[in-house]
Amino acid sequence: MAENRALHHMVTRRQLLGAAGVGALALSAPSWAQTTIDLPLPGGPDARQITTAFPQKGPMILQRTRPPLLETPFEVFDKGLFTPNDQFYVRWHWAVIPTDIDPNKFSLNVHGHVNQSLSLSLNDILHGLPNVQLAAVNQCSGNSRGFFLPRVPGGQWANGAMGNALWTGVRLKDVLDKAGVKPGAMQVRFRGLEEPVVADAPHFMKSLDIDHARDGEVMIAYAMNGEQLPLVNGFPLRLVVPGWYATYWVKMLNDIEVLNQPDTNYWTKVAYTIPDTPHANIKPGETNVNMIPINRIVPRSFVTNMASGQQVKSGARTTLRGIAFGGDSGVARVDYSVDRGQSWREAQLGKDEGKYGFRQWQTQLTLSSPGKYSLLTRCTNSKGVAQPDIPNWNPAGFMRNVVEAVDVTAV
Amino acid sequence: MFRNLLSAAIFLLSVASIPAVARAAVPFELKPMKIDLPDSDKMFPDGPGADAINNNCLACHSAGMVLNQPALSKQAWTAEVHKMINNYRAPIAPEDVDAIVDYLIALKGAK
Repeated sequence: MAENRALHHMVTRRQLLGAAGVGALALSAPSWAQTTIDLPLPGGPDARQITTAFPQKGPMILQRTRPPLLETPFEVFDKGLFTPNDQFYVRWHWAVIPTDIDPNKFSLNVHGHVNQSLSLSLNDILHGLPNVQLAAVNQCSGNSRGFFLPRVPGGQWANGAMGNALWTGVRLKDVLDKAGVKPGAMQVRFRGLEEPVVADAPHFMKSLDIDHARDGEVMIAYAMNGEQLPLVNGFPLRLVVPGWYATYWVKMLNDIEVLNQPDTNYWTKVAYTIPDTPHANIKPGETNVNMIPINRIVPRSFVTNMASGQQVKSGARTTLRGIAFGGDSGVARVDYSVDRGQSWREAQLGKDEGKYGFRQWQTQLTLSSPGKYSLLTRCTNSKGVAQPDIPNWNPAGFMRNVVEAVDVTAV
Repeated sequence: MFRNLLSAAIFLLSVASIPAVARAAVPFELKPMKIDLPDSDKMFPDGPGADAINNNCLACHSAGMVLNQPALSKQAWTAEVHKMINNYRAPIAPEDVDAIVDYLIALKGAK
């Protein structure tokens, strides 16, 4: 319901801007700061400011100013397969973020359990190693946390803490090979330039197992969607871990340490852990659960051209379209149901731009008689994993991927 | 000409052999970047303990993070404050801890 209000609000706003004409646009721009959106979070609070105050960013849902948490307005996902850089969501842990970066002075250090420590300039990376490109979804572990019931603390995201980009960079494997990983290496730990305000707070670091780090797919990206990264998305280098949650995609990456023992740092061992259960699901209050680091993304699908509360003409052909992603593998199929899941039909898939990216889907349907309908969508990935019918729950609000419903009325 | 075609063919082949990771074509230069990030001067609403939360919590994050939270139980708010202290090293004076927890429960306690 509220989602529709939000959509309606955005549309109204755009119409107003359109009506005001080009000459008035510059004058209208600051009033975006006063624009709000209602996120359909159960129990609220649902109002969020739409901000344009962040450099290199268009209108974003303001979840937190400092350190920035900016959510992508959901209608952006209806516009195309790749999420534009200026509306790609933003999530930082610590408030001390460098805002003045000279590419000529930046270096990426590789050290630890290696034959030869490296200090690579951006020139070394851009021109000294083979370039690779890959489409991949970057999704926050806590995307959709605001829909958890009972509610849990944390960034109260709706569904917009995700995005799909074409990443350009170099293989992490090539960088590690250049340093020469010594036998006995177990993990590789990554850190970036962000610093905690409090000096003895844990610096943000994440680790991957050595075999994962050397799989040839994990990438050090210097461009997204053909342009250098916006500063708040991790300029100049960001780790890209295809098929894994964004917590591993370390921004402003400047340090790689090869470890010969498991990483025990807070951000790998304590934070970002999930119950070691199917769908990372437990009962609220359940204790004595084995916790493991969050890892592979699970499949999801969304309708992008309709929102709950919308009216649809009965007896008429209606286009239903959206996006899906398989997570750690491609999208095998997207099915939809108009009868609350009693029967499912397969939607048409759009162009395959790579198994880790968004895949568009579309179908034509006719809601034969007036009444209320719940339009469900379900992605099955190429490993055969499908979205579950019931929502998962865990205390951190991670890995939501329940079958989504858009409730419409046919009139 | 033939050589160009050949290298194009090899290029295509190499793309085909690595379906997930394709080769990037265009050379790329990075430009320096300097921006100013906006800040928030928003304070917590008045009430008992407002000084304690304003003085202790806003150094690391803006108030909006808390104001956007749902209603949570006393247990959950207590755990959040202790997580900030123990895990994130928030330098909160011991005498302010109860005042902050009570403020949060008054502002956003689950009924």
